[in-house]
Amino acid sequence: MLEVSGLTVDYLTGTNPVRAVDDVSLSVGRGEFVGIVGESGCGKSTLLFAIARLLSPPAVVTAGSVTFRGENLVTMTDRRLNAIRWQNLSVVMQSAMNALNPVMPVGAQFADALRAHGTISRKAVAARSAEVLRLVGIDAVHLGSYPHQLSGGMRQRAMIAMALLFTPDLVIMDEPTSALDVVAQRSLMTQIKELQRELGFAVVFVTHDMSLVSHYSDRLVVMYAGQVAEAGATRRIFDRPLHPYSRGLLEAFPSIRGDKVPLQGIPGSPPDLSVIHNGCRFSPRCPVKLPACETTPPALLDREGTSVRCLLYDPGIAAVAQAEAGQATQPRRRRL
Amino acid sequence: MRYVLRRAGFFLLTLWVAVTLNFFLPRMMPGDPTIAMMAKFRGKVASPQAIQALETIFGADSHQSLPAQYVHYLGDIFTGNFGTSLFFFPEPVSQVVRTGIFWTLGLVGVTTILAFALGTGIGILAAWRRGGLTDSLGPPLLVVASAIPYFWVGMMFILIFGLTLQWLPYQGGMNYTDTPALTPSFLGDVAEHSLLPGLALLITTIGTWTLTMRNNMVTTLAEDYVRMARAKGLRPHRVMLNYAARNAILPNLTGFAMSLGFVVGGAILIEYVFNYPGVGYMLLQAVQNEDWPLMQALFLLITVAVLVAILLADIATAIFDPRTRSSR
Amino acid sequence: MRKTLWRALARSPKATAGAILLAVFIVLALFPGLFARDNPTTIAYPRNLGPSAAHLFGTTGLGQDVFSQAIYGTRPVLEIALGAGLASTLIAALIGVAAAYLGGFWDGALNVFTDVVLVIPLFPLLIVIAAYVHNSGTGVLIAVLTFTGWAYTARQLRSQALSLRSRDFLAAARVRGERAAYIIAVEILPTMISLLVAAFLINALYDVLFASSLQFLGLGDPNSVAWGTMLYWAQNNEALQTGYYLQAIVPGAAIALLGAALALLNYAFDEIGNPALRPVRAPRARRRLASIRIRRPVSA
Repeated sequence: MLEVSGLTVDYLTGTNPVRAVDDVSLSVGRGEFVGIVGESGCGKSTLLFAIARLLSPPAVVTAGSVTFRGENLVTMTDRRLNAIRWQNLSVVMQSAMNALNPVMPVGAQFADALRAHGTISRKAVAARSAEVLRLVGIDAVHLGSYPHQLSGGMRQRAMIAMALLFTPDLVIMDEPTSALDVVAQRSLMTQIKELQRELGFAVVFVTHDMSLVSHYSDRLVVMYAGQVAEAGATRRIFDRPLHPYSRGLLEAFPSIRGDKVPLQGIPGSPPDLSVIHNGCRFSPRCPVKLPACETTPPALLDREGTSVRCLLYDPGIAAVAQAEAGQATQPRRRRL
Repeated sequence: MRYVLRRAGFFLLTLWVAVTLNFFLPRMMPGDPTIAMMAKFRGKVASPQAIQALETIFGADSHQSLPAQYVHYLGDIFTGNFGTSLFFFPEPVSQVVRTGIFWTLGLVGVTTILAFALGTGIGILAAWRRGGLTDSLGPPLLVVASAIPYFWVGMMFILIFGLTLQWLPYQGGMNYTDTPALTPSFLGDVAEHSLLPGLALLITTIGTWTLTMRNNMVTTLAEDYVRMARAKGLRPHRVMLNYAARNAILPNLTGFAMSLGFVVGGAILIEYVFNYPGVGYMLLQAVQNEDWPLMQALFLLITVAVLVAILLADIATAIFDPRTRSSR
Repeated sequence: MRKTLWRALARSPKATAGAILLAVFIVLALFPGLFARDNPTTIAYPRNLGPSAAHLFGTTGLGQDVFSQAIYGTRPVLEIALGAGLASTLIAALIGVAAAYLGGFWDGALNVFTDVVLVIPLFPLLIVIAAYVHNSGTGVLIAVLTFTGWAYTARQLRSQALSLRSRDFLAAARVRGERAAYIIAVEILPTMISLLVAAFLINALYDVLFASSLQFLGLGDPNSVAWGTMLYWAQNNEALQTGYYLQAIVPGAAIALLGAALALLNYAFDEIGNPALRPVRAPRARRRLASIRIRRPVSA
């Protein structure tokens, strides 16, 4: 249903444009829950906004296409885009306090969206607004409240309700749980999954919280420095992470039931995207890097249904490295 | 509600400060006030009333102690007794002031509202079309324009439009040969006389508001809720007005209040340059004629007007920003 | 930090233009004798002459050379601008930052004080004070402008200091045991440099305008040589009506140019120091992955 192909987003700032999203491809099927994970600054939010065509200058899509229900969003006219917006594709943002207009009551913001796409009668607007609120467990009386009068969790749920006004095919969520405490996070995620089951929409969920997203998603996309590092079925990535980065992410926190092991983070920090790196972008921090990693940028390869961008899986290079090292590198098996 | 009460309290406090300032200023000035008085009435027969008035102002009246004078002064203010004008003797000050208010309200009131409305509108558009022609030329031009002294703009207007091109009259509020009446010809005459000073005032004050509104809009446009409005597929002008402008204008309302002080200053200068018979012109004449009671009363009047405008702006903020209505 | 400041300034056309203009005026003020041949107050020439080779801008109604008056008039104006501008910015910095840092009762009290001073209409007050004082010279003008003009800047600096207050480097200073005065002077103020400079420039600008306006109204010292006083005499001699335009145009243009220089520089510093003018998204807090528990993934 959603097919992103070779999407590239540049920030055209002054003399040095920064490539925030580099040749990213992913696909979302009907009713799927796809998670996009990565550290801060890896380009995941930019990717999201690029898909929904919500970028603000100086960010610009410089290559690629976003095919949604057969049409390319990147080249679409504004008019057609506005017609599709919210009816087929809606957005949930990180902080409802910032995403809701502080001077308009919540109900008016619902009505705005409804009226922009055809529903005119006051009764219909009120009825539909109350209906979606009920879906998320909020009483319709709150339609008259202002955003600052609702609690954090309620605001977030109200935002999700607003996203479902037209039961769209795809809902894009940008870290909707980051602003909440752990308990509220869990309840919100459960609610989202339930709604998904009921209404059948697909979700693209961006977050830095690996554990949260791996619990709820069907497929996972791991991003690093603007590129896709690994992508595939969540279960598979979770059981056997191929890319050293994904491995590092999963090993960074201990299992609650396993043995006590010393914590292992990933040393170093994400690269400065304004400086163009020659080889693999992760190589400075990679624990298993090969000499070739510093000079050859790895391509995205397919390994048994999972895409991975790492020279370790490049048959040519890996063979050479194996021969040189005399030892095969085995991905560790995770025990839960 | 609490917000409005707090602002009303502030209003009263500042009013008291202004009134007290008015009382103490002449008493703080260097030099012996009696000398000033004698110099003023040199050669003229001074009526005991005039001398009494002067003494009261300068505190040379040694019959009462300072606190007693102060209380007496406050009492006078509250009963509207501002004394007698020295220049327009024996007319009471309140009478003299009344003649000027109409002119100033008309000129300054209308111009200020226009400048605010236009400035805000242009600011919104300039920010919306960021990078367009309006935005690249506008702000630097306005910045330069705000540095030009008000009175000089007025003088240039007189030179260009009044003297050289002779399009519009440039002196006074009306033709002094006419008698005021609600006839179209008189009103037209008044309008004509107010065009040049009004335009001069408009040009000099519009700059600040355009600039601040544009800057506020630029900040607001970067907010998440504006992006959200775009995501909902709302029409662009609706996003611009309901989501961006409505939020951007809020800090402008309080800024409006603060810049009123400057507008008043500009109005005084413009009235002076164009000999427009408003309250500002009257103040300057009072200064030149050393008509202290009139001067004090006018200062108080101007201050009160500004304070009232600020209070109104605060009430408007309370109405338009629901966040101020919750308990703060 | 300072290097990037200079670089940013050099790149901005507004700043360059403003700086060059200001430099010209400063040179004129410091070495008027180099540019003007005549003494500005000598009443030696025939009155109301038009522009000529001998008198670039003609002569005044009293027979003085307009060009020399304009040149010599630069110094008092710059003195006022620099003096009052610096003084009021300093007072504003002290009060604003102290209010932000001390918080609580002092913050509230200083705030109310600042707001009251801010709200009382400045120009009428200046007129009234100047009226009582009679013939205010440069010194008096500087004093009066300083004591009435600090309020707006104090407010700005206070809100900036407030936003800095919770930053980590200040907490570090507190933990090190530094005293409040030290923290204010050494940690907070330098960070606000571009805001302080912008504030100084805007204060200088308004001081130039207010001082010239007061002189124009005749409330300054009518015997001094300053642009505002030149305009006062021009108005008195009905220069416009009688066709001797230059007497009115020249000093006004000078004020406008100096004002423009200050305004452009201020705008440039504003853009540099004020992040709000650039739509930048606030950096999100980094969460350490190590602190998150893993859960068994449920196949959806």
